[in-house]
Amino acid sequence: MKLTKTLLATSALTVAAGAAMAEGHMASDMTLVSWGGAYQSSQINAYSDPYLAMNDGVSIVWDESSAEAVAKLRAMAESGNITWDLVDVEAADAIRLCDEGLAMEIDHDEMLAAGDDGSSASDDFGDSIISDCFIPQIVFSTTVGYRTDMVGDTAPESICAIFDTDAYPGKRALNKRPLANMEWALLCDGVAKDEIYDVLATEEGQDQAFAKLDTIKDDVIWWTAAAETPQLLADGEIVMGSTYNGRLFAAIAEQDQPIGMLWDAQMLDFDGWVIPADLPEDRLARVMDFVSFATDTQRLADQAAYISYGPARASSAPLVGTHATLGIEMAPHMPTDPANSQNVFVTQYDFWADYRDDLDAKFQAWLAQ
Amino acid sequence: MTDQTSGADLLTTADGKSLKSSLNRALRRQKIRALMLIAPLLLFILISFIAPIFDMLLRSVENQIVPDTIPRTIEALEEWDADTGEAPSEEVFAAFYTDLAIAEEYKTHTRLGSRLNYEKTGISSMFRSTGRRVGRFDTDAYTDGFTDADAAFADPAQWAAWMADDAVRASLPLTTDAYDAWALLTVEENNDIPAEEDPADFVYTALYRDLMNGNTAAAMPAVDVSAWEPVVISEQFIDANDGWADPEVWATIKTYGGTYTSGYFLNSVDLQLTPDGVETRPEDERIYITLFIRTIVLSILITGSCILLGYPIAYLLANLPLRSANVLMILVLLPFWTSLLVRTSAWKVLLQNQGVINDILVWIGIVADDNRLELINNATGTIIAMTHILLPFMILPLYSVMKTINPSYVRAAKSMGATDWTAFWRVYFPNSIPGIGAGSILVFILAIGYYITPELVGGTKGVFISNRIAYHISSSLNWGLAAALGSILLVLVLALYWLYDRLVGIDNVKLGG
Repeated sequence: MKLTKTLLATSALTVAAGAAMAEGHMASDMTLVSWGGAYQSSQINAYSDPYLAMNDGVSIVWDESSAEAVAKLRAMAESGNITWDLVDVEAADAIRLCDEGLAMEIDHDEMLAAGDDGSSASDDFGDSIISDCFIPQIVFSTTVGYRTDMVGDTAPESICAIFDTDAYPGKRALNKRPLANMEWALLCDGVAKDEIYDVLATEEGQDQAFAKLDTIKDDVIWWTAAAETPQLLADGEIVMGSTYNGRLFAAIAEQDQPIGMLWDAQMLDFDGWVIPADLPEDRLARVMDFVSFATDTQRLADQAAYISYGPARASSAPLVGTHATLGIEMAPHMPTDPANSQNVFVTQYDFWADYRDDLDAKFQAWLAQ
Repeated sequence: MTDQTSGADLLTTADGKSLKSSLNRALRRQKIRALMLIAPLLLFILISFIAPIFDMLLRSVENQIVPDTIPRTIEALEEWDADTGEAPSEEVFAAFYTDLAIAEEYKTHTRLGSRLNYEKTGISSMFRSTGRRVGRFDTDAYTDGFTDADAAFADPAQWAAWMADDAVRASLPLTTDAYDAWALLTVEENNDIPAEEDPADFVYTALYRDLMNGNTAAAMPAVDVSAWEPVVISEQFIDANDGWADPEVWATIKTYGGTYTSGYFLNSVDLQLTPDGVETRPEDERIYITLFIRTIVLSILITGSCILLGYPIAYLLANLPLRSANVLMILVLLPFWTSLLVRTSAWKVLLQNQGVINDILVWIGIVADDNRLELINNATGTIIAMTHILLPFMILPLYSVMKTINPSYVRAAKSMGATDWTAFWRVYFPNSIPGIGAGSILVFILAIGYYITPELVGGTKGVFISNRIAYHISSSLNWGLAAALGSILLVLVLALYWLYDRLVGIDNVKLGG
């Protein structure tokens, strides 16, 4: 009984305190977390440099820890000391963080800028809002690149070339996690595209995917950093390998490597920001100010001038122009371009949010054996 | 002894105290001074090193999350016997419904799902998918039933008044428990006042169960619930995910319901706890014993190749004139000035299929162009790269021990007719063994916990147990298993150290001088 009475008494105080906190000032420091490399530079060029130019006295620190964001945020929450203000994560990680209460839930219409064409933020972002905590930035895809000089006369046209070691002998590089690999394995084992996730949810389906992957297990180099595949391709170590399309674009267009792009069955995925849960008011106010600016229509379109990832807002698409230094049109290099997206595989986040733990454990055990 | 003590009493210092106690005091002061001198370092190590490690190792047995998240379920499951081969009773499901509805609000159910998924894969997805459904269970029929029967049931303030009444609390145990949990949740998670919010469905469900159990509270309006169509909660769960009908899932929850668990340690050696006792894991989940053995075997191989490569160099260094020895010494130390990552990456360039070594071998004609050697992304790569990286740790102790071997011993042996080889093998080599011992311990212990080099050049067949620990720390977030693996590794190193002490004798280890 005491508990209930105390609760009734203290709760009134908590509510009053919450209201008093709402009126606050903005913190002047921000720690942003991203992936490093060309992608982070595109964010610095398109988002943070213009923001800093408009806001005197604000300083931004970049941390390149997005790959371990879930583990680190969990450790921070356990120690009660959250040092990050805004974290760039993949869609699947955003769902995970949101589920665990480590990321803040967002009211997209209220907190983000409306589209330039007048549409509300939630309409403008549309399907890319895959979680209540997720502030979408870009559409990217996991796709396959191949050495044009190592595939003989017939360049691969189907994703199943990965599994065809007779026609395309040599090593392949694949991501060291189940995402994309499992789907491609089933697709090339004859499962219809729209049934793949249903099959993958069953034990037999998972075994089927592993059995297909078993056929190339000895020919695979597993990567953990997306930069490895372009490097391995450039060295001639592999005949083909999966990576993010922006990395392949950089190797092909910026570095002029003999690499071809296989858009077939590209796995479309989103990347965006999450705000860690329970930030102090002043820091939260600053982050909201920044994120609202950095995800407006123009800023998202600007980013596409530095890297070939599609803006998550529909209203940004018409504003996508030419590459900042090369001057080539960026639109044909986007995963969403009609020529590239004839056979697209849209990653099902609900599935991966639910089955990630199960499949990760199986996949890692399979790898170790 | 007694004589001496009583005799000592006679000896006094100038201030009249006994000599013994004065001496003791002076010594104590010295000890305290010594302690004070090392105190900063000791405190630093205790706070920043020992304590966090100890805290981390505790996670290997800690299992608080299960009883904390679903306390009612664990209690209700005590009655259930896994051997019946049937899913638990409606009571258990009802308790689980309350637990899960609360956990879902706190968002701890996904973490619990991940925890139990370590023991039985598939549970994580059950918790996640059911977590999304639990708020929409058909139990709202009870809520409607009560609020339709009497408007007082729809009044939050009235609820708060009832629940502050000791008589009501005593007669309705389930309702009280559910309401308290809901009130705490309302304050903590939503910053709302319970007396102003409608209680959640699970509170009404608890009231229904109380009334069906024959408990009534005089202060509440009487409602006859026996005529209501019952909502079968187990069906609700099985409808959300059919895994809940599987008694094995419940057996797992029951087995891992305690505050402490041996599960992580068992998992580290490819075993698992089942209701029938400890069993080996299914074959496709057994990896850790293999990894431990591989870690030890590769570390021994690396230590061996370090001795083979390091000994001649150390010998040369110790026997050259100082000038040229110094130049060579710089070459040995040079790798220390380069980042570990750079050195490892350099090996990638050298060892890969189209790399420098393979190119040279093909050019010489030793290997065919279409049959290049696999030197990287396997155990070979790990051995080559780690031998190079750890070599200085072998050469330096060897060198400093060899420096102290008196050259006149070898000369004396030769003067007595020994051949070069006998003089070396019977005289010089035994004198250098302490150096080999020190170098081997250093290299082996460094190798067994190595992480970054196997990760970069080891592929899947050349990775160590430390890579799995890192994976569980940063990717799978299975910190309990990582802690258990780490503890085993620590014990393993200490045991090997002890064995080494018994075989070689730690007195025979010299780092120099």
